[in-house]
Amino acid sequence: MGDSQYSFSLTTFSPSGKLVQIEHALTAVGSGQTSLGIKASNGVVIATEKKLPSILVDEASVQKIQHLTPNIGTVYSGMGPDFRVLVRKSRKQAEQYLRLYKEPIPVTQLVRETATVMQEFTQSGGVRPFGVSLLVAGYDDKGPQLYQVDPSGSYFSWKASAMGKNVSNAKTFLEKRYTEDMELDDAIHTAILTLKEGFEGEISSKNIEIGKIGADKVFRVLTPAEIDDYLAEVE
Amino acid sequence: MQIFEYNGSAVVAMVGKNCFAIASDRRLGVQLQTIATDFQRISKIHDHLFIGLSGLATDVQTLYQRLVFRHKLYQLREERDMKPETFASLVSAILYEKRFGPYLCQPVIAGLGDDNKPFICTMDSIGAKELAKDFVVSGTASESLYGACEAMFKPDMEAEELFETISQALLSSVDRDCLSGWGGHVYVVTPDEIKEKILKGRMD
Repeated sequence: MGDSQYSFSLTTFSPSGKLVQIEHALTAVGSGQTSLGIKASNGVVIATEKKLPSILVDEASVQKIQHLTPNIGTVYSGMGPDFRVLVRKSRKQAEQYLRLYKEPIPVTQLVRETATVMQEFTQSGGVRPFGVSLLVAGYDDKGPQLYQVDPSGSYFSWKASAMGKNVSNAKTFLEKRYTEDMELDDAIHTAILTLKEGFEGEISSKNIEIGKIGADKVFRVLTPAEIDDYLAEVE
Repeated sequence: MQIFEYNGSAVVAMVGKNCFAIASDRRLGVQLQTIATDFQRISKIHDHLFIGLSGLATDVQTLYQRLVFRHKLYQLREERDMKPETFASLVSAILYEKRFGPYLCQPVIAGLGDDNKPFICTMDSIGAKELAKDFVVSGTASESLYGACEAMFKPDMEAEELFETISQALLSSVDRDCLSGWGGHVYVVTPDEIKEKILKGRMD
C-alpha cells in the first residue's frame, strides 16, 4: 500500500475545516430515492421508494431492503453498489461476532462497526467515501432500535427519520405524526403516508418496499400482497 | 517430564442453588520443589464470573491477563458485563487460536447467568468446551477430584453447605496428590455477595 501512487487520502480538509468529499457524498445521498424509518413501541419499520429506470426492469429481482442478521435489517438512500459493499462487510462483521461470542451481535455494536468502516474510507489512501446513508433497524435485548449512518461515519439513533430526495417534507410530516406509544402497525401506516407525501405518480406495492421487525425479533421484508393490504387500509 | 505436571494444580467448581463455588489449591512448585504457598489460580472477571486456571503457571498468568484485557474492552464497548456463556465461548476461541502451540492450561469457568442461574464449564488446553450441571474439575489432582466430587455432591445445595462440600472434596483430593496442596482458596458466589475463604489443610 505504501508503494502505490495513491497512498495519500483523497478526502482532505478545506480551509474552512470541511471535508468536501463528504459534503459531496451527502449530496449524492440527498439526490437518491427517499427512504425512511420509524421506531414504534413494539418494533421498527423501514421503507423506501423503488423507482426503477424502466418498466422493462423485473421489479421482483430488485431488493433494496436487506438483512444484516436475522434480527437486523437495513435500507439506504444513495448509490446502490456502495450499499451492496457495506451490506457484505456488515454481514461478515456480524458473523464474526457470533462466531467469537456465540451470541448475536447487539444492534449498537453492528452499527458502530459499520460506521467505523465508513469512516475508514474517509481517511485512507486512494479510496473515496461511500455514497450512501443507511437506516439500520433492529430488535435486541435493549428493545427496538433505529439508527442512521452517514458517509462520514457518524451515526445517530432516531425515533423516526428520513433520507434522500424528499427528506425535509418527509421529516416535517414525521414530526407531526410521530407519537411515543405508536404500535408497529400504526408505524407502517405512517410510513406509507410519509412516502406518499412526496411520491411522483401512483404509489403501489410494485414501487415501494417495506421491512419490519417486531417483538419476535425476526426482520422481514413485506411481500407485495402484504403491502397491498396496508395500502388498502391507508386509502 | 510432563509439562502439565510441572507446577502442580487443582481447581474445582460446583453448582448450588442460585449460587456456585470455585476452589483451588495454593501450591506453586517446580517439580518436586515447592516455591510458593499462596499462588492465585482463581481470578475474578466480574462480580458474577470467575475463572480458575490449572496447568503451567506462566500460561495461567498470561492467559488471565489476556482475558481480563478482552473483558475490559468488551465492558467499555458494550456497557455491560459478559455473560458466563459468552465468556466461555471467548476463552474457547482464544485457546484455539493457539492450536499448534497451545497455552498449557485448563480453564474452569464459573458464573451466574441470566436470572442468577449458575453456569460452570471446563475445557481442554485447545478450547474443547465441556458444560456440566453439577461440578467440573481440572489439574494434577483431577482424578481424585472426580471421585471426591461424585461422592460428596448433591444438587441444589445452599451456599453454606456448598462451601463445606467443595472444601472437603478439594482437601481430600489434594492430599492424594503430591504436586498440589498447601491449603485451599474457596470462593462462594451468590447473587448478592462473594465469600472468599482460605482453607488450612495438610501443609505439604
